[in-house]
Amino acid sequence: MNKSPLADVFSQKAFIPFITAGDPDLETTMALIPAIADAGADLIEIGIPFSDPIAEGPVIEAADGRALAAGATTDKIFDALEHVRWRRRVPLAVMTYFNPVFTYGIDRFLARCAQAGVCALIVPDVPFEEKAELEGPCRAHGIALISMIAPTSQARIAAIAGGAEGFLYCVSSMGVTGMRKQFSAQLTDMIAAAKAANDIPCAVGFGVSTPQQAAELAPICDGVIVGSAVVDIIARHGKACIGPVTDYVRQMKTAILGGDTPCLKPS
Amino acid sequence: MAKGRFGIHGGQYVPETLMNAVCELEEAYTFYKDDPDFNRELTHLFNDYAGRPSLLYFAAKMTRDLGGARVYIKREDLNHTGSHKINNVLGQTLLAKRMGKKRVIAETGAGQHGVATATAAALMDMECEIFMGAEDIERQALNVYRMELLGARVHAVTSGTQTLKDAVNETMREWTNRIADTHYVLGSVMGPHPFPTIVRDFQSVIGKEIRAQLMQAEGRLPDYILACVGGGSNAMGAFYPFLEDAGVHLIGCEAAGRGIDTPQNAATLALGTLGVFHGMKSYFCQDEYGQIAPVYSISAGLDYPGIGPEHAYLRDTGRARYVPVTDDEAVDAFEYLSRTEGIIPAIESAHAVAHAKKLAPTLSKDQILVINLSGRGDKDVAAIARYRGVQIYE
Repeated sequence: MNKSPLADVFSQKAFIPFITAGDPDLETTMALIPAIADAGADLIEIGIPFSDPIAEGPVIEAADGRALAAGATTDKIFDALEHVRWRRRVPLAVMTYFNPVFTYGIDRFLARCAQAGVCALIVPDVPFEEKAELEGPCRAHGIALISMIAPTSQARIAAIAGGAEGFLYCVSSMGVTGMRKQFSAQLTDMIAAAKAANDIPCAVGFGVSTPQQAAELAPICDGVIVGSAVVDIIARHGKACIGPVTDYVRQMKTAILGGDTPCLKPS
Repeated sequence: MAKGRFGIHGGQYVPETLMNAVCELEEAYTFYKDDPDFNRELTHLFNDYAGRPSLLYFAAKMTRDLGGARVYIKREDLNHTGSHKINNVLGQTLLAKRMGKKRVIAETGAGQHGVATATAAALMDMECEIFMGAEDIERQALNVYRMELLGARVHAVTSGTQTLKDAVNETMREWTNRIADTHYVLGSVMGPHPFPTIVRDFQSVIGKEIRAQLMQAEGRLPDYILACVGGGSNAMGAFYPFLEDAGVHLIGCEAAGRGIDTPQNAATLALGTLGVFHGMKSYFCQDEYGQIAPVYSISAGLDYPGIGPEHAYLRDTGRARYVPVTDDEAVDAFEYLSRTEGIIPAIESAHAVAHAKKLAPTLSKDQILVINLSGRGDKDVAAIARYRGVQIYE
């Protein structure tokens, strides 16, 4: 895994936006990927939509519903991703639930990830206790299976971080994905405990939406993941979302790097 | 491999935000299940509050009419709140109380599990919030009011298909929001470990009573036990104490809706494929990409796209058999039992009665068939009337 493109992602503080593939349609998704890469995204999380995303709040759940209604399927998404990587080499991570992976065939799914240039896989409903089923096949295909820690992980942090690859996804607060005003007070301790177990990049996600929040979080972590706030812009602008999303990505990246955080209102 | 497996099925496929809670629950359950004090209190609640043991009734008229096996009916419909749901709910709420929780949350389809949970919460002074699909709320206005009478808050779930599956999604989400003082009272033998085991154990009182009652009445074990399956809790409770008795045939009756040759059914074991959803590996109604299918049954309690992992395992090993029963057959059985024995069954339970009507005549007169009648049918009367073209309003 040492040669993974993930290694370069965290050479400086990283900004990692999430988009749901196929929302509002696959053409828009494929135009968004190079555009937000140019705007400063260091890694892009591509969500493969699932009918019942139990870790998601209403914003991403609705995006999954729109994408599925518009006809997105695992096959169509991979077909499209295979094209996009030649336009701009930005590392891609796939985020989805275990059932779409399992039903497609774990090995077949990972082979398609590898073919599309995907370097990491995030599956929120496969916790540490169940990861054996995915870990071996991920290694075989050169894809980092991303581990997650949450404010309730406590004693589990050492084991989870110890076995983590690529980067560690640190859940900022309890609940589902969505835009929040506050993060867990234990976030700094959580990250310190993880770093003590494994010197691995730690990216914080769940609830981050404004440049101010990103600027506050950046000093305590290696990267900031933003899902709902990006998806919300896409929901409001539909096919015309590329301009507003790239503006947002640019501001978030600037904020994370410690630059000006101009007045961008939380969406 | 993680804990809580039934063959390849089961497991703990939940987000990290819930792992601490399910581990804590497993630890507490492992301690309390053998705690004499806990068991004394649960038995007291079962007997003096819920009305256990429930009767095992010899259905003489049905036996005569069907002309085959001797038919017994396990009367879970006579429990407090009208179904087997109270067994699990009293157990889990008592456990939550011992764990120091102040609040219980639960999903509900038709409202039976929600009413049972609201009941136990009222009895044990717990805050209670119920999540119910918006569509089900409309169809079951009376049960919504019942839960509110009992002091619960009922939330309408407007995501997805707005039915039971979505209510489970939303309750899991709510659990991740507020976990420290809250226990999720899962209503069936499904979800992540340890729920399938906990719910089965609390429901096993059904099978234990059948065994003792039948030994007293007939001096032997039954040849067949029939129960309806959605998630599968009443069936698992009836089957479990007989798993080692090879001569006792176990049959689960699942909802075939308008037929397994139509897209409108909930026949998970007839048509489902292996998948991972709601915390467990099991069989699910889904498409080729693993998107969970919308399912249909006249019975809101069986209208679920999956099945508990232990049932999936019993199917794999052949220890239990599962048969599809259509809406039409279930409604016929609903009316049949009402007229023949003067017992109005829940439309869920009527699925088991329907299969008994087919099976009993093929058996000999010295064989014994037990139907687990999981609930009473008062809640279904208006829906059955509408099914027959009679417009009545609750």
